[in-house]
Amino acid sequence: MGTTIGVWIAAGLTLFIYSFLYKDNPFYKFAEHLYVGITAGYWIIYTWAYVIQPMLIDPMIKNKEFILIIPAFFGIIMLTRWFPQISWLSRWSIAFTVGMGAGLGVTGAIQGFILPQVQATLVPLTGFNFETFNNFLIIFGVLTTLVYFYFSKEQKGVLRWGSKIGITFIMVAFGASFGYTVMARISLLIGRIYFLLSDWLKVLR
Amino acid sequence: MLKGKGIPIFITFLTGMIMIISFFIPHKPFGDIEKISLTWYSIIAGFTMLLGVDSLIGMHFRKLKRKDENWFFSLVLIIGFTATVVVGIIETVRFGTAFDERSYFTYIYNYFIVPLQSTMFSLLAFFIASAAYRAFRARNFDATLLLITAIIVMLGRVPLGEQISPYLPKFTEWIMQVPQMAAKRGIGLGISLGALGVSIRIILGIERSYLS
Repeated sequence: MGTTIGVWIAAGLTLFIYSFLYKDNPFYKFAEHLYVGITAGYWIIYTWAYVIQPMLIDPMIKNKEFILIIPAFFGIIMLTRWFPQISWLSRWSIAFTVGMGAGLGVTGAIQGFILPQVQATLVPLTGFNFETFNNFLIIFGVLTTLVYFYFSKEQKGVLRWGSKIGITFIMVAFGASFGYTVMARISLLIGRIYFLLSDWLKVLR
Repeated sequence: MLKGKGIPIFITFLTGMIMIISFFIPHKPFGDIEKISLTWYSIIAGFTMLLGVDSLIGMHFRKLKRKDENWFFSLVLIIGFTATVVVGIIETVRFGTAFDERSYFTYIYNYFIVPLQSTMFSLLAFFIASAAYRAFRARNFDATLLLITAIIVMLGRVPLGEQISPYLPKFTEWIMQVPQMAAKRGIGLGISLGALGVSIRIILGIERSYLS
C-alpha cells in the first residue's frame, strides 16, 4: 500500500515538473518549492547522522576525545553571524577553513593533479605508427591549450598560432563534453518516462 | 585588536603551513594531521549548514509574513522542510538512524527527493537542446567544430550510430581519448596552477578578499 501511494506521489510530482515545458505554472512552482524544502530538511538530518554525531558527539562522549572541542568551537563561532555585535568572530572559523583548504590546495594540486598529468603527457614519440601520431596529438594539444590561456605576453607570432590551434582542441573538448552531457540528460529523461510507463501506468513490463 | 584581520590572517597562515608541513613529514604527530583536519573541516562545515538553512527558511518566512506574491509556495517549502526534519528526528529515535530502510525518512527520500531531483535534471534535456540550437548555429569554424564533435559523440554513443557506420563509435572513442583529453588536460593544468598560486597568496596573507 505504502509503495503504491509512493509511486502515485512520485508520478504526480514528475508530471508537475514536466508541466514547466508548457510554461511556468503553479504546479511546477509547488513541486519546485517542495523539492527545495524537503532537500534542505534531508541535508540537516544527513549532517547530523553522518557528520556531527559520528565525528563530534560520539568520539567526545564515548572516547573522551576532548580535542574535538576545537572544531566545535570554530563551528559554534561560525554561527555568530546571527549576532551583528560579535559577527567578527565568524572570521576566525572562515580563516581556519580557508587556511586548511589552501594548505591542502598546495599539496593536492601538485601531487594530485599537476605531476600525474604532466607524467601522463610525457608519452613516447618513437616509431612511425598510429600510436605515435596519437601521442604527438596529445602533447601538441596540451601545449597549445596551455598557450591559449597564457596571457602574460601579447599573443602574436608563434604564440598567436599556438593559441589558434589551442582553441581548436578546446572546441573539440567542449563539443564532446556537451554531447556527453546531453546523453546523460536524455538517459535521465528515458528513466523518468520508463518510471511513468512501467511503475505507475504498468504499460511496460 | 581582536576584531581586526590580524588574528584571522595568522590562523590562515598557521593552518595552511601545518597542512603543507604535514604532507612532507609522514610521521606522528604530523602524519595524521591531514586526516584529522578533514574531520575538523567536516564538523565546521556541518555547523555552516545551519546558517544556510536559516537564510533559506528566514527568507521564505518573511515572504509568508508579508503575504508576498506566491506566499503559498513559501508555505509549501516551510512545511516540506519542517515535516522532513520532524520525520527524521522521530525515525532517528525509533530506529537509531533515520536512514533505516523501514523508516518514513527513507520513504521521503525514495518517493519525493529521487523523482523530483531526476525529473528536474532530465528537464534540462529539453532546454539544453534549445540552447544548443542558439549556440551551435555554425557561424564560424570554431562553432562548426563544436557542433560536429557534439553530434559525432552523441551518435557514437547510441545504437543508431553503429547502424550509420561501424566506425562511428570507434571514432567517438578516439575523440574522447585523444583531442578531448589533450584539451581537458591543458585546461586542468591551467586551473591547478592557478589554484596553487591563489593558495600560496592566501597562506601568505596577500589575498584577503575572503575576510571582507
